[in-house]
Formats: sequence, C-alpha cells, structure tokens
Amino acid sequence: MSATLWILLGGVAVVLLYVIFAFNRLVALNQRVKNGWSEIDVQLRRRYDLIPNLIETVKGYAKHEKQVFERVTLARSQAINASGVGDQASAENAISSGLKSLFAVAEAYPELKANQNFLALQEELSATESKIAYARQFYNDQVMLLNTRIQSFPSNLIAKTFRFREREFFNIEDAQRGPAQVDF
Amino acid sequence: MYEQIAKNKRRTILMIIGSFVFLGAVGFVLGAVFYSPAEGIVWMCVGLVIAGIQSFVSLRYGDKLVLRATRARAVSPEENPRLHNLVEGMAIAAGIPKPDIYVVPEQAPNAFATGRDPEHASIAVTEGLLEMMNRVELEGVLAHEMSHILDRDMLVNTVVGTLVGAVVLITEFMFRMWFWGGLTGNRRSSSSSSSGGGMVQVIFLVAGIALLILAPIFAQLIKMSVSRRREYLADAQGAMLTRYPPGLASALRKIADSPNAMRVASNATNHFWLNEPTRLRRKGEKASWTDGLFSSHPPIQERIRILEEM
Repeated sequence: MSATLWILLGGVAVVLLYVIFAFNRLVALNQRVKNGWSEIDVQLRRRYDLIPNLIETVKGYAKHEKQVFERVTLARSQAINASGVGDQASAENAISSGLKSLFAVAEAYPELKANQNFLALQEELSATESKIAYARQFYNDQVMLLNTRIQSFPSNLIAKTFRFREREFFNIEDAQRGPAQVDF
Repeated sequence: MYEQIAKNKRRTILMIIGSFVFLGAVGFVLGAVFYSPAEGIVWMCVGLVIAGIQSFVSLRYGDKLVLRATRARAVSPEENPRLHNLVEGMAIAAGIPKPDIYVVPEQAPNAFATGRDPEHASIAVTEGLLEMMNRVELEGVLAHEMSHILDRDMLVNTVVGTLVGAVVLITEFMFRMWFWGGLTGNRRSSSSSSSGGGMVQVIFLVAGIALLILAPIFAQLIKMSVSRRREYLADAQGAMLTRYPPGLASALRKIADSPNAMRVASNATNHFWLNEPTRLRRKGEKASWTDGLFSSHPPIQERIRILEEM
C-alpha cells in the first residue's frame, strides 16, 4: 500500500518538476526572442537616423541623382511605418537595395568619395548593416529554438496550456551569404 | 557544428569534475600515506579550501591583473570606430552585452578575452593584429574571443588553474614536511617500526613519493588539455557567430606565418591568448607529442584544417 503510494507520489513529483522546467524554459526563450527583436529595432532606427545625413551629404556633390534619393527616402518612410515582422522585413529589403544603388552612384563622384563626412557615414552604415544582420541572426536562432519547443512533444502540451505562441522569422533575402558586411 | 559544441561542453564538465576529484584524491592519499587516513581527509579539505579561495580572488580581480600585466590600454569608440563596430556586432550575434575593448602595444598579432562573466568581460587585441588583419579576419578573431566570453572560459580556466595550483602547493608542502619530519624521525615510522609492517610501509612510502612527483605533472596535463578543448570550442562557436569559418582560418594562417614573438609572453598568461604566444616554430618543423601534451593551445595548422572543413 504505502509502496504504491510512494511510487505514485514520486511520479507526480517528476511530472511536476518537468512542467516547471519546461515552462521556465519557454519563458526564457520568449524573453530572448523579445530581446533579439528589440536589438534589431535599435539597429534599424540607427539606420533610419543615418539615411537623411547621408542623402544630404551626397546631394551636395550629386544634385541630379534625384531618382535614387527619392527611392531611398520612400523606402525609409515605408519601413518606419511598417507593422509586423513580415512587412518590416520587406521594407528593410527596399532600404538595403536603395542604399546599394546610392553608394553605386557615389562611385562616379571622386570628390564625394574623398569627403571625410561621407567616409564616416559609409563606415557607420556598413557597420549598422552588419549589426542588423547579426541581430537578425540571433533573433532567428532564438525563434527557431522557441518554435521547436512549442511544436515538439511533450513541451507542446505545456506551451498550449500556457498559450505560448510561435514567432515569425525575420527574413531578409540576401544576395551573398557569407561575411555579413556589405562592401559598398 | 551544434554536436561538436555539445561534445566539447560535456568533456569540459567532466574535466572540471575530474580535476576536483583528482585534487581531493591527491590530498587524501598523500595525507593517508604520510600521516593517517583521518589526516588524509583533513588534507583533502585543506586543498579544496585553498583552491576555493584562490578561485574566488582570481575571478574577482584576475581580469584587471591580466590587463595590467599585458599593458593593455582602453580604446574609445572615437579612436577606433571600426574595432568598436565589429565587437558590438559580435556581441549582438552572441546576445550578450558589449565587452570593454583594449589594445595591447605589441607587434605580434594576437588577442585575448577575460572577465568572470559576460557582464564583466573585456577583449584585448594587439596593435599587430589590427594592422595585419582585414575586416573579415578581424571579425573572425573577435568572434573567437566572444565565444570565450560566452562560454565563461575565464571561469573554467581559473577554476582548473587554481585546482592545479593547489595540487602543486599541497605536494610541495607535504614533501617538505615529510623531508624534515623524516630527518628528525616522524611519528609514524617511530611508532610502527617494531611491528613488522616495515615492508608494506616502504611500498606505501615509495608510492607516496612517486605520487608527490607525478601529481603536479598530471595536474598540469589536465589543465592544458582543458585549455586546448576550449580553444577548439571557441573556434567552432566563433564560426557559428560569423557564419563564416574562412575568416578566422585566414587570420590564423597569417598568425602562423607571422615572424613576431611576443614580448609580454609568460606562462602565467599563456592560455588567455588566441594563439600560444611563446610558440616559435620554424616552418616544416614537426611537433613532437610531448609538445602537444604541454601546450595550452592546439596546433594552429590543425585548427585551420578544422575551420576549413566546416
């Protein structure tokens, strides 16, 4: 009698411990996903702040490249107003490709390329670009871990009970995989 | 790559447990052989307490000491924006706070990370490294150092290092006690010389002396083996951070070919560096197996090979 009782109690204790462990693990991963997202946000904002400066500097040397300026400005305002992970990602794509063509345009103006301000902005932007890539990498890794936990048995039962939801990946298609910096 | 990291981690945990057990065993056996089993337990406790105190002190103040010993100088973001940007990028990729950044006035290309946890961490690079490496290579090196911070290798190194230190200290102390005690005729031999257990005692004594001599050597071997494991682990994890193993591989190749020897190299700080500072081997010279056992870092060619296969 008492033996079966003990075994029963032991079993309940093990299950309870597992529930606590799995729940805490999900909370921790959820938190890491949130941190990852806010880091992406910080870097994206940094890029929004740098773009007007860059356009002003380039304008001083290359007045009639209006099209490129407009494209980048438009992409920037769209990105600022974007909501949701998917929208944000595609808006950021537009900025990245706009910036690429802006720097391609700059290639044609030797005085611009010698401008100290321009060079500093270029370093800042390319560094921000790679920080965005790393923030995205960290975020996506954590999303993957979280989603795997939410889907796999038996942690999916706990996730369902406590209403943990899967997160969306932040996908930016990039032409060249490899070192996450952009050489303008 | 995930499995490799997991495997390395398991081995490191075993190593740490192993070195604690080893220290305890050395203290106990030596105490038991030269004194009595009860005193063996006392010696075991003495060893563990010494190691504990030493670990605590060096974890608390070790990073400052190392930075001062290598004459490292803090650099501001204005002074070197590129270095700061790269370190920040790696910190973001690792999901930890940005560490403090130092530059060591030294022409040999090298780098190290220190600090007891990711919240109190520093990365130092030599001037030679900054001059020699391009952006991708520098990033590879920084990713390697960031992995040391992420894995709390300072903690592992310190714990293992002080355990080794304690083994050396205890064996030395006992050796002296026994030596002087032996000259004046110690308790044990005077009390039991007439009881006929002489032969057994002699065997115990010989084994004890052998242990006195061998224990510090074994301790050193354990320490270096742990250190080498951590280097492979940091290489693999660094590659995970940049997602670009060739960056670090190319940096290591440049380091292997660099002729500069380190001025600040010393055995005390060896295991901190990206590559072993004092190692100066001519091209084509073969490494002997004893070199492998006593070095704090794996052979650089082997590291390059593994990175290239990733």
